[in-house]
Amino acid sequence: MSGHEPDLLYSEIEQELRASVRALLTDRCPWSAVLGRVENDAAEVADPALWRGLASLGVTGLPIAESRGGAGATLRESAVVAEELGRAVAPVPFLGSAVLATAALLAVDGDGPAGPALAALAAGESTAALVAPLTSCPGSAFPDLVRAEGGGLTGTVPGVVDALNADVLVVPARGPDGPGLHLVPAAEAARTPVVSLDLTRPLAVVELAGAPATLLASGGRAAEAFESALVAGAALLSAEQLGLAEWALDTTVAYLKERTQFGRPLGSFQALKHRLADLWVSVSQARAVVRSAVSAVAAGSPDAPLSAALAQAFVSGVAVRAAEEAVQLHGGIGFTWEHPAHLYLKRAKSASIALGTADRHRARIAALADLPPAS
Amino acid sequence: MTTVTDGALDAAAMRRRVADFVAAHDPATTEQTEFLTARFDAGLAWVHFPEGAGGLGAPRALQSVVDEEFERFGSVPTGREHLVIGLGMAAPTILAFGTDEQRSRFLKPLYTGEEVWCQLFSEPGAGSDLAALGTRAVPDGDTWVVDGQKVWTSIAHQARWAMLVARTDPNAPKHRGMTYFICDMTDPGVDVRPLRQLTGEAEFNEVYLDGVRLPDALRLGGVGEGWKVARTTLMNERVSIGGRAEPREGGLIGLLTRIWRTRPELRTPGLHEDLLKLWVEAEAARLTKERLRQQMAAGQPGPEGSAAKLSFADLNQRISGLELELLGVEGLGYDDWTFRRPEGLDFTERAPGFHYLRTKGNSIEGGTSEILRNIIAERVLGLPGEPRVDKDVAWKDLPK
Ligand SMILES: Cc1cc2nc3c(=O)[nH]c(=O)nc-3n(C[C@H](O)[C@H](O)[C@H](O)COP(=O)(O)OP(=O)(O)OC[C@H]3O[C@@H](n4cnc5c(N)ncnc54)[C@H](O)[C@@H]3O)c2cc1C
Repeated sequence: MSGHEPDLLYSEIEQELRASVRALLTDRCPWSAVLGRVENDAAEVADPALWRGLASLGVTGLPIAESRGGAGATLRESAVVAEELGRAVAPVPFLGSAVLATAALLAVDGDGPAGPALAALAAGESTAALVAPLTSCPGSAFPDLVRAEGGGLTGTVPGVVDALNADVLVVPARGPDGPGLHLVPAAEAARTPVVSLDLTRPLAVVELAGAPATLLASGGRAAEAFESALVAGAALLSAEQLGLAEWALDTTVAYLKERTQFGRPLGSFQALKHRLADLWVSVSQARAVVRSAVSAVAAGSPDAPLSAALAQAFVSGVAVRAAEEAVQLHGGIGFTWEHPAHLYLKRAKSASIALGTADRHRARIAALADLPPAS
Repeated sequence: MTTVTDGALDAAAMRRRVADFVAAHDPATTEQTEFLTARFDAGLAWVHFPEGAGGLGAPRALQSVVDEEFERFGSVPTGREHLVIGLGMAAPTILAFGTDEQRSRFLKPLYTGEEVWCQLFSEPGAGSDLAALGTRAVPDGDTWVVDGQKVWTSIAHQARWAMLVARTDPNAPKHRGMTYFICDMTDPGVDVRPLRQLTGEAEFNEVYLDGVRLPDALRLGGVGEGWKVARTTLMNERVSIGGRAEPREGGLIGLLTRIWRTRPELRTPGLHEDLLKLWVEAEAARLTKERLRQQMAAGQPGPEGSAAKLSFADLNQRISGLELELLGVEGLGYDDWTFRRPEGLDFTERAPGFHYLRTKGNSIEGGTSEILRNIIAERVLGLPGEPRVDKDVAWKDLPK
């Protein structure tokens, strides 16, 4: 019975990877630095120096084959990086480039133009974005926002993550023959920043007007590649949400140990202890759910879509609750701009909408686990 | 039964030992008690226990390998529901604190099921605050004389032995004045009376102890060390309730999804939403238990164990509540209110109303959910305890 379960623990290699990413983030991405960056124009929020540092640790190429300059690992290892980036609300294009665009490229024929694109991503020489609204949910129809006609791509896509500084765009588009996945030099697209709720994760409207494109895959293969990018994204986003929730819990517990009111540390009041105990239980559960989802995705298991849906249906809510509790249990100071809690709250709430709300993932579970709705 | 010659204690060696064992004792034809006696003697009862005590001194993680192997060979001992208190709580406590004589006297019949155990901890005035208990044990030569009342004692009516905590020094602060005993349930001073519970039946009891005489050889741990010993029992209790790994849709959620799939006429949109939310939570709890199992197998036990019982209780209650709502008019019925002893009937074979009612006990038995939250907050998160008024006061001077 248990022999069929994926490995839900962290391997030694994963622990080492975590330690080096955490050390880099502690040094280069303290929350005060993040707060400083979010005051910049949207295109300057992401931290290119930090991204180069991460790339030099190899995190941009983890799931990419060694023959393409990657690490030849899997998205399971990437998930550990995502946890750490969530813990630091780091403003880097990991989700858009190293997860969504990379997963889409990995899913198409590597001998074609995807190969060199992946090599450039692995080396940290370029970043990419998947041109679909960040709210796209696995299992939904192939997007219809961009048309491929007359040798170019035309259309407007709102809510695209990590597009502002991307070098290349991976664009799902519909043509006369159905779905296609295309590669477009980012300079060929107009990218307009949006004021986003999550200050640390800038979004853009991407406009294509007859942009020249290289076809990566068409028909069913294009649709499958897009879908597998969303499934990978859902699983990896849950890892980021886990890291965020851990930060919120740890920070709140530490604060309540030290903050004294009524002549006692606030953490000795049972009303608060019980809330934090419940939150800790949820975060422990989230960890198991995330490990299960990223393992299934990394292994290309038939269970991956269900595991990823479970991860989003469960972990999104835990991250939001953790961030909301962090704000509430810090009192007035938690409501100030100069305290990091709001960065996490905004990230958590946005992430719970990204790649499908919990409700949409539950509907997906209903379909995948044979729990049909009332007719 | 000595074909295993090398002393290796790894998974492969365990598999070999089990294979050799079943070659010598065919699970299909050997009577269960005889089979289990031999299994105990071969050190394959609890492989992490020492040799001679049912084990091999192997890493704890290998127990699941052994269990799975026996299962694979078709050996799944049956009718052992009433043994969980002995197997899950008494055995590890005896292992941790028992003398050699106690280990060799009690562990084997406990394992084979020839002797049933119960837990004489709770009293009318001491439940969550177990350390407030007032049952007295007074020395008389090398015998202890025990007087008091215990309550909610599951399986006492079947038990040969009990884990008993009693007060031996009323002048000491409450945590320091207790001693742990193995109580002989056949002593004429032991009076077990059924206590009817809200399900209608009586799986638990009131137990009156009136001049019960226990030889000092039945003391487990030092005089005054009862709290330390009791904590070992309680810790194991929480792991044994709700701590086992299971397949997807195992447990109560599986009952609910089966009804959902086979009875489309019962479905409504609101119930669908509730069902999916519970499915998600049940799967999260299941994976958490699986992760915990893997952690233990890798020799890195985590604090997640204390959470398993908390989520198990909460989920069971909500799932069985939804089961009743889903069944509608059938949910208004009940199978049997007769005041009787449970027959060891499989829980899932009882009516949905029974599931709803019995699971209410899950958040009370073995430490209430409130107490478990205190434990997580203080021992896992390191939050400060609440101010205490009873810590340094002699037990006899505490308000009762
Ligand atoms: C089905 C079942 C089987 C049982 N089997 C056994 C058995 O075999 N052997 C045995 O010894 N006992 C057994 N018990 C007893 C069980 O361990 C106790 O009922 C339990 O520990 C609670 O104690 P109590 O009933 O005195 O409740 P109380 O301690 O009086 O608690 C009442 C309420 O107050 C809450 N509360 C108490 N203290 C605190 C606190 N510090 N902070 C916040 N809330 C608090 C509790 O959570 C509970 O909700 C069984 C109980 C049940 C329901």
